[in-house]
Amino acid sequence: MELTLALVVGGLFAAGLYSILRRSIVRIAIGLVLIGHAANLLIFTAARLTRYQPPIIAPDAEAVVQPAADPLPQAMILTAIVISFAVLVFALVLIHRVYQVVGSDDLDELTTTDRPDE
Amino acid sequence: MNVLVVLPLVIPLVAAAASLLAWGNSRLQRWLGVLGTGALASVGVVLLLAVREQGILVVEVGNWPAPFGIVLVADLLSAIMVLLTGIIGFAVALYSLATVEARHEAFGYFPLLQILLLGVCGAFLTGDIFNLYVWFEVMLIASFVLLALGGRRSQIEGALKYVTLNLIASVFFLSGVGILYGLTGTLNMADLALRLPQVGRPELVTALAMLFLCAFGIKAAIFPLFFWLPASYHTPPAAVSALFAGLLTKVGVYAIFRTFTLIFTNDVAFTHSLLLLIAGLTMVVGVLGAVAQREFRRVLSFHIVSQIGYMIMGLAIYTPLALAASIFYVVHHIIVKTNLFLVSGVARRLSGTYELAGGGGLYRSFPLLSLLFLVPALSLAGLPPFSGFVAKLGLVVAGVEAGSYAIVAVALGVSLLTLYSMAKIWQEAFWKRQPEGAATEVARPSGWSLPALQLPIAMLALITISIGLLGEPVFQLAQEAADQLLDPRGYIEAVLGAEAVAGWPR
Repeated sequence: MELTLALVVGGLFAAGLYSILRRSIVRIAIGLVLIGHAANLLIFTAARLTRYQPPIIAPDAEAVVQPAADPLPQAMILTAIVISFAVLVFALVLIHRVYQVVGSDDLDELTTTDRPDE
Repeated sequence: MNVLVVLPLVIPLVAAAASLLAWGNSRLQRWLGVLGTGALASVGVVLLLAVREQGILVVEVGNWPAPFGIVLVADLLSAIMVLLTGIIGFAVALYSLATVEARHEAFGYFPLLQILLLGVCGAFLTGDIFNLYVWFEVMLIASFVLLALGGRRSQIEGALKYVTLNLIASVFFLSGVGILYGLTGTLNMADLALRLPQVGRPELVTALAMLFLCAFGIKAAIFPLFFWLPASYHTPPAAVSALFAGLLTKVGVYAIFRTFTLIFTNDVAFTHSLLLLIAGLTMVVGVLGAVAQREFRRVLSFHIVSQIGYMIMGLAIYTPLALAASIFYVVHHIIVKTNLFLVSGVARRLSGTYELAGGGGLYRSFPLLSLLFLVPALSLAGLPPFSGFVAKLGLVVAGVEAGSYAIVAVALGVSLLTLYSMAKIWQEAFWKRQPEGAATEVARPSGWSLPALQLPIAMLALITISIGLLGEPVFQLAQEAADQLLDPRGYIEAVLGAEAVAGWPR
């Protein structure tokens, strides 16, 4: 299971970075989505994939039943998802604006301030 | 609970919320901006004094005990950085009073300014590595909007490059945090310092250190990860680029300082040699880029890259003196660089252009402004009696003592080129006559607006001179901060208690 997920994470990173390296700005958005997912899956995998007891203390017990699962990685992933969602929405709006202003989705057109005559 | 450590977060948050409530009332927002940043600077002073007197201050948020909950830690380095954030925020808020455009203000310029400062202060104060990621994102999202606010084509183009590369850096950072948690089962930085040596997989830890170096390196704009910076920093209004130039890359530098003195010290021979190489290349490539540029803010942007090299150099040499010089350098650089960008904004208002070729004649018409440019410019190049001289002297002495002659030679050579490039700006924008017909119709600032623009610049210039003249006590402070970094026992003890450090090898 670890191996499968490791391959998935690697594949997502590779696909995401490949998309970002393309010249089209829409692919940048797709690439950002993919590497975001890759990072979340990586946290999930790195925090062990084992079936443990839920870390909840039963009403009549004093402590959790060991071995208990670790809830923290899920909390981290949840936080990361929320943040990346917000940031991605901003990136999408920005990309839309770039398309409106530049009139092209080619990254090589984004050179207004790099030309010597302007 | 020590309120003082929380105040640098509460003040910008309250100020941001209050100015959001005052939406549409630009007058109130302006005063909230000045008031909030002024209060932040004052709290910074008090915090620094308190930390110096009482040692490292720790707050366990929500009273969760240390390795489990999030902690806020104010050691000397954090306190110094918070104070600088306050000063820069205050200067930029003052400058914005006279320069901000109504359409920027209408879309929340002042609340965003506060949120940016909130993120920066949070990053400086947190003692939890996942929390550091969250503060980075707070800071980034505010900076994204500030950069794109106004929507000119150049800004939108710069913003896309900035956003993309910073998001990639965030994903690297997040992945690193995930693996770190998988290895150690903790996110508390002090706890990480204790547990990481026990992992027993030094090669994995070193690889992880490199992942963090990439993530923070993109944010700090070190070679070869700096390309987003000169592509975006010259596009927003001058106040915004001054704020970014002063603070944002330095958050990356701070993160490198913190992680490579506290957490990733298992293989100093490799990691810090690599840092030394990176430092040298960053200096050289940055300054060569600056020499080639012909636009005021682009020259300055490339100089940011070059200066980051000096800061990393001190960390890489990794002796108390070198680290102290690095911290001094950060202090000096934040003040000076912000000031230069503020001057560039005024020069643009007076001569109508950022292009060096089309500008000129400022010395004849505005001698005071020219003088105020010379102070940070000469300080940047490292001439006595300004702050840059002390900073560079410290680094050079530390380099010679450590026997790293190559990096010292590079640092001195780069200094000369910095002087050349500052002289170029002086000659083109201030000294020579403005070419006939090049001047576009500019509304000359009338009445009180020029003094209002020059007030924050004069304030920062005064700080630069004071740091230069009072080099001894300021360097003493940097030395104490460096000692805290190099012997993390105090930090760990403050966070986790004395018994945690007892069996610690170092």
